[in-house]
Amino acid sequence: MKFSRKTLGIPYSVFLILFVVLPLVVLFFYAFTNGQGQFTFANLTGFFTDPNAIGTLIYSFAIAAVTTIVCLLLAYPTAYLLAMSSLKSKSVIVMIFVMPMWINFSLRITAMKEILTFLEGNLSMYPFLNSVIGMTYDFLPFMILPIYTTISRLDGALREAAMDLGADERSTFLTVTLPLSVPGIISGVSMVFLPAMTNYVVLDMMNNSTYIMGSLIGSYFAAYNWHAGSMIALILLGLICLFTLLSGSGEEDNQRGGALL
Amino acid sequence: MENTNIIELKHVTRSFEDGFNAVTDFNLEVKRGEFVTFLGPSGCGKTTTLRMIAGFDLPTSGEILLNGRSITDLPPYRRPINTVFQRYALFPHMNIYDNIAYGLKQKKTPKDLIEKKVKKVLSLVDLEGFERRNVSTLSGGQQQRIAIARALVNEPEILLLDEPLGALDLKMRQEMQYELKDMHDKLGITFIYVTHDQEEALTMSDKIVVMNEGRVQQIGTPEDIYNEPINAFVADFIGESNIFNGIMTGKCKVRFGGGEFDCVDDVAEGTHITAVVRPEDIEITAPEKGIVQGTVTNVIFKGIHYEITVTAGKNEYEIQSTKNAAVGNRVGLFVEPDGIHIMIAEDHTNVFYADINKDFRLEYNGHKIETSVTKIITGSRRLEDGSLVDAQGDVIDLNRTRIRVEIQPEDIEMTDEQDTGLVQGNISNLIYQGDHYSYVIQTDLEQDFVVYDEDLWNMGDRVSLIMPLDKMKFIYNRKK
Repeated sequence: MKFSRKTLGIPYSVFLILFVVLPLVVLFFYAFTNGQGQFTFANLTGFFTDPNAIGTLIYSFAIAAVTTIVCLLLAYPTAYLLAMSSLKSKSVIVMIFVMPMWINFSLRITAMKEILTFLEGNLSMYPFLNSVIGMTYDFLPFMILPIYTTISRLDGALREAAMDLGADERSTFLTVTLPLSVPGIISGVSMVFLPAMTNYVVLDMMNNSTYIMGSLIGSYFAAYNWHAGSMIALILLGLICLFTLLSGSGEEDNQRGGALL
Repeated sequence: MENTNIIELKHVTRSFEDGFNAVTDFNLEVKRGEFVTFLGPSGCGKTTTLRMIAGFDLPTSGEILLNGRSITDLPPYRRPINTVFQRYALFPHMNIYDNIAYGLKQKKTPKDLIEKKVKKVLSLVDLEGFERRNVSTLSGGQQQRIAIARALVNEPEILLLDEPLGALDLKMRQEMQYELKDMHDKLGITFIYVTHDQEEALTMSDKIVVMNEGRVQQIGTPEDIYNEPINAFVADFIGESNIFNGIMTGKCKVRFGGGEFDCVDDVAEGTHITAVVRPEDIEITAPEKGIVQGTVTNVIFKGIHYEITVTAGKNEYEIQSTKNAAVGNRVGLFVEPDGIHIMIAEDHTNVFYADINKDFRLEYNGHKIETSVTKIITGSRRLEDGSLVDAQGDVIDLNRTRIRVEIQPEDIEMTDEQDTGLVQGNISNLIYQGDHYSYVIQTDLEQDFVVYDEDLWNMGDRVSLIMPLDKMKFIYNRKK
């Protein structure tokens, strides 16, 4: 028997329908219905009128934004120096940055927690700072890798051309290297910012009792309020779609960086 | 006296940490407005030299002078020199206007002046109205012109071009050659051009610098380099040539390639020489009228001429002629005295080629040389089916592979016992050189061997040549 393209695609479509399309349909259904199964916008208006929910959104945004900025500030110089250096052991150093990824995530955060407890005495004194430190530690490789790949793939002749045309090291960096590494920055930002908005495990472990979007959804579902929970998940989905559209050009580097992990 | 040299390189050497010398003792003077070409095979150091002039690479020792002042250690952005890069290196995030204006903006040129200059240079390269276009929308040839415009707009004292036409197709390349030459004549800027294409170099240059293995081989006008190559490398690299080892046999008489020719160079009798004959300087005649007789073994029609191969004994002649010849014909070959270029050989290494027989042994003149092929061709091994593969796993065709064997004159021993040596021949020349005699033995295979011996033999003596195995150097060249 010969398999056609269509028959071979069946398992994939079944998987897609079961685990992507169906859950989305269910999500939409719950988000726009109430307990009696009637269509309603109450969940949507409820979210935007609930100061608690809006506060959580803003807090999540703030924590993700700060984490992203700190990651970027740490990652760009690291990636730049690594990509520019003529070290033979470059890939080894890159590996050192990636290696923590091979260790279990909660183990890493627990270790970081111990260090911070040792330094600060009581973790709950600086919940925001500790969460940012934990997330930065967790997400830094995702920022370094795409930037590193983009910069090291830059044609060295471009920098030489700039210098040849009279630009010193500083303006060569500002007018050529930096603008051309933007795709790497965008994919790095999208790989850090979006997960950071919903990652409540780090907050949990860092004794930060403030809700962020992820934990908010979790708490609604725990209280069997599937409708409000679905709506928040849907709003997050919309936000993610928006960011992905904005950073569309970084997709390619995103995959390349991801492949390194 | 006014110094008209715009740039001078003095004893410039660039060596790397691993001890490799990319450029060794490079000396050159370039006059203002000249079109100079660095020509050589890849890896000969021509690009490294160009990069040192541009400032991307610094010499390990030596000096580079611009208008008499040292610029050896200046960074590239302080040199009034601009480069056209091999793959153009246009900034992909800028449009054409911004690309060309880049250098002027760095110099803080007023905006209206930049606009005027960009417009002017775009018309120079025939791309008016391309200002707003994106780099990626241009063809290779157009990108090339933009790269040239971007360099020229800065009005550099010297324009460096690093194989700028390498990525273009043949027709485009020829067109650009004329345009570049034209631009050079119009602008009066000094051009330093790097290429491995000898035709490109001959077409465009005022002065050619032929390089090999990091060293300057010859500097001269295209005519000089073509007509009077200084050594076998230059002769071989510039145009087609027949190169023979030979010996002077009298006043303006030379023997090589199986015949005795008249020549114009008066070199002392007995001197070992390398003779270069251009294919177009060989005349095909009736067998009895030629100096050398041979058989036509191959004819290729090349459009404006025929490329004819004639085999005479062990020697092969490449001939270019407008007249056709039939394969298998017996012909004579004649060369006018001024068609023979004599170079005194510094090195008398004997070179011959050995075949590989079915038992994977080397064979020359029907005699086996007791050495293993797998030892000579590094990384090669025999497969179970009896074939031989090299380190890359490609099969080596034994019928078409020959091993180059080198042996020094003092390592060959002459003997009367004809069967003991590898090859037999008659002494055709001898000369006393202080503490030994230098003999030329013309073998039955039409190959000359040079042998140094302390004993005196007579002209015409028939000898056999013993070549000790440990003195022979075997070289295998992987053919494409």
